[in-house]
Amino acid sequence: MKRTDAVRAAVQYAGLVGVLMILILIFGFASENFLKAATFVSIANQIPDLTLIAVGMTLVLVIGGIDLSVGSTLALSAAVLGVLMADRGWSLWASIPCCVLTGAACGLFNGAVSVLARIPSFIVTLGMLEIARGATKVVTQSQTKYIGSSVEIVSEPIAGILLSPAFLIALAAVLGGQFLLSRTVFGRYCIAIGTNEEAVRMSGIRSAPYSITVFVLCGALCGLAGLTYTSKLSTADPNAAIGIELSAIAACVIGGTSLMGGRGNVISSFLGVLIIAVLQTGLAQIGMTDPMKQIITGGVIVVAVLLDAARMRWSDRKR
Amino acid sequence: MPDSLLSLEGLTKRYAVTVLDDVDFDLQGGEIHALLGSNGAGKSTLCRIIAGLTPPTSGSMRLDGQVYSPSGKQEAEHSGVQIVQQELCLIPTLSVAENMMLSRMPQRLGIIKQGELRQQARIALDRVELGEIDPDLPAGKLGVGRQQLVEIATALDRQCRILILDEPTSSLSGGEAENLFRWLDRLRDEGIGIIYISHRLDEVAQLADRVTILRDGRHVCTQYTEGLSTDEMVGLMTGESPAQHSAESFRSYRTDRVALRAENFSHDQVVRNVSFHVHEGERFGIAGLVGAGRSELLRLVFGADSADSGSLRLGDSGSPLRFNHPHEAVDAGLAMVTEDRKSNGLLLPLSIRFNASIASLASRFSRGGLVRRRAENETVSDVAHQLDLRCRDLEQATVTLSGGNQQKVAIAKWLVRKADIFFFDEPTRGIDVASRRRIYRLIESLAAEGKAIVIVSSDLDELLETCDRIAVMSAGRMVATFSRGDWSVDRIMQAAFSEHMGKTA
Repeated sequence: MKRTDAVRAAVQYAGLVGVLMILILIFGFASENFLKAATFVSIANQIPDLTLIAVGMTLVLVIGGIDLSVGSTLALSAAVLGVLMADRGWSLWASIPCCVLTGAACGLFNGAVSVLARIPSFIVTLGMLEIARGATKVVTQSQTKYIGSSVEIVSEPIAGILLSPAFLIALAAVLGGQFLLSRTVFGRYCIAIGTNEEAVRMSGIRSAPYSITVFVLCGALCGLAGLTYTSKLSTADPNAAIGIELSAIAACVIGGTSLMGGRGNVISSFLGVLIIAVLQTGLAQIGMTDPMKQIITGGVIVVAVLLDAARMRWSDRKR
Repeated sequence: MPDSLLSLEGLTKRYAVTVLDDVDFDLQGGEIHALLGSNGAGKSTLCRIIAGLTPPTSGSMRLDGQVYSPSGKQEAEHSGVQIVQQELCLIPTLSVAENMMLSRMPQRLGIIKQGELRQQARIALDRVELGEIDPDLPAGKLGVGRQQLVEIATALDRQCRILILDEPTSSLSGGEAENLFRWLDRLRDEGIGIIYISHRLDEVAQLADRVTILRDGRHVCTQYTEGLSTDEMVGLMTGESPAQHSAESFRSYRTDRVALRAENFSHDQVVRNVSFHVHEGERFGIAGLVGAGRSELLRLVFGADSADSGSLRLGDSGSPLRFNHPHEAVDAGLAMVTEDRKSNGLLLPLSIRFNASIASLASRFSRGGLVRRRAENETVSDVAHQLDLRCRDLEQATVTLSGGNQQKVAIAKWLVRKADIFFFDEPTRGIDVASRRRIYRLIESLAAEGKAIVIVSSDLDELLETCDRIAVMSAGRMVATFSRGDWSVDRIMQAAFSEHMGKTA
């Protein structure tokens, strides 16, 4: 039993880790600067926002929903952080809860409206994408809020381990998210809801509280991402993270999460984030232009999903 | 036989396991040839191969003496082989006519000729006496039985020499089925070869010229139907002698304690002021025609749909209550094995373990919100063993199980939950004879443990065999209740039709 579990897990991650290794090798050969500690430290300190959002997105996708408002939610949370710290002079520790709660509130709106009114989350969160972005501009009066060093510490590498608190927060979110999904009753319900909500209902389980909680969690993770994003730039930018929802969805999909719900893995999504980040950094190092980077990244997403589909067909046939 | 319309030799199909093993089969023009076997015997696979839906691993097929190896469904259709599968394939949002003509729309430059389309569909429907179906209606608005008939009509409308029907009557009413049998007789007279799969043995005995029996992917025998009793058919399918079943005698476990009393349940015109009660240890059947409101009644009591009126009491004590959501019913010890496993009974892509424990996670397998995996595995494995579940391991996806084993998983979910009151809605629909026996025995053992059981079934024999009492619903009302000993098929059927006869008389 234990052994098959381990084998299954190894097979599950082997493909993604393999792709990651191949990319690293390719860039290692193409650029003499790539295989250096500095590259990896830079990648690690660059990805916390996308990682945090991909964790939330994975959970939302697992229950059969989608959250398009993650970028705007991030920006609004960051704006609250910026206003509190830059304009009101609040400390970092006092501001972080407000920042996270702002994200959670956006998630609560998304979850409550889509679940209770039975409106597809695609539409509700599309509305939220506009609402939160607009609110961001109201809160900041469309100004970039410069905070400075008090927030930068979140993204500065901790002496000795070279990793930033932001990266550690993101890593904790990945491990926690995967634990939630695979080991808890809550996670089981999420997978069940995404597979067949009516069967869940007929099994005597109320799905609404779980679905709403997932959106709230996703929102709160966006709030945390707002913190890490802000700390990287030391400013709260009202135009932050536009389009990050698509990168997050791409990371989840590369990781094999189903857009139809019921199937997803947070660690795989994290590997998806790493693949995207390595690709971006590597392409930049070998001197690709931005348009070429976009084309190649897009191509990699499609190929990854094709490979995943082939893997699923193969394991279906084996069953 | 050189003059066979279709002959198969040594047909074998292997996936991970061998589903068809060296099967010979032949079909004459102008005969109805039934394929019998329990679920997983290989009937559907054989038909899928003939219809070009899947290629055989080895073996050969001849059609009219010519080698026949269709590359796909279209090529098979081109050769005159039509299949109507068990699952409905109509597109619900398209009209009946559009569905019927989908692959051969009358058109000019890509624009559909509406008049001609309607007319052709009309002709095809009239030919099979479905004149009352409006070809402009979206197919999804038709009842399941009607949809099935439209599919059959569509198959018949194409030039066909071999017609394969997989469980065509599973969702038809008695009258509709009779109609179908008349067409099939006519087609036989026209020289068409018909392969017919059904679990309803009386139908097969009445309709088929020959039967071929498969067991575990092997050909057991091919016999003329005349002189073959349904008991003998069961024996050949299961490999047991018929005496084992017919000697079974009924034993009651009914106690005096009332487990559930439902009073005055109504909803729209579908369920009208229905009251019933069931005792601990009792098996209480609800008979009636399709559409009499039986499943709807169960759903109302279970809290799956909200009733206009009605209340229930559990046990002797307690005040009247009504469930507003199934979770309240489940918390109170009720369980419902639903009619449609695919849409609301099971999480088909997920594992047996996942499905069996889902209703009990919070109550039995949770410690501080974490799933107790070991306890879960042990319990599910015990219950699977108790139900004689046939599977590779508990991590197998339920979708890969046969219908009978899927139903066992659906039941396992509630055994794990330790429910006290079981609602079974069509517990053996589409399930092979052997699994059906297993499920009857299981229901009996639940009764022996003092559980209260309500069974809704369209198969009257099933209720007659398993129940202490049978209530009859007709057009939303519960019109009669019979106890074992004072019922007869005649009286039950009369009661089932009673609300319909009143209006015309």
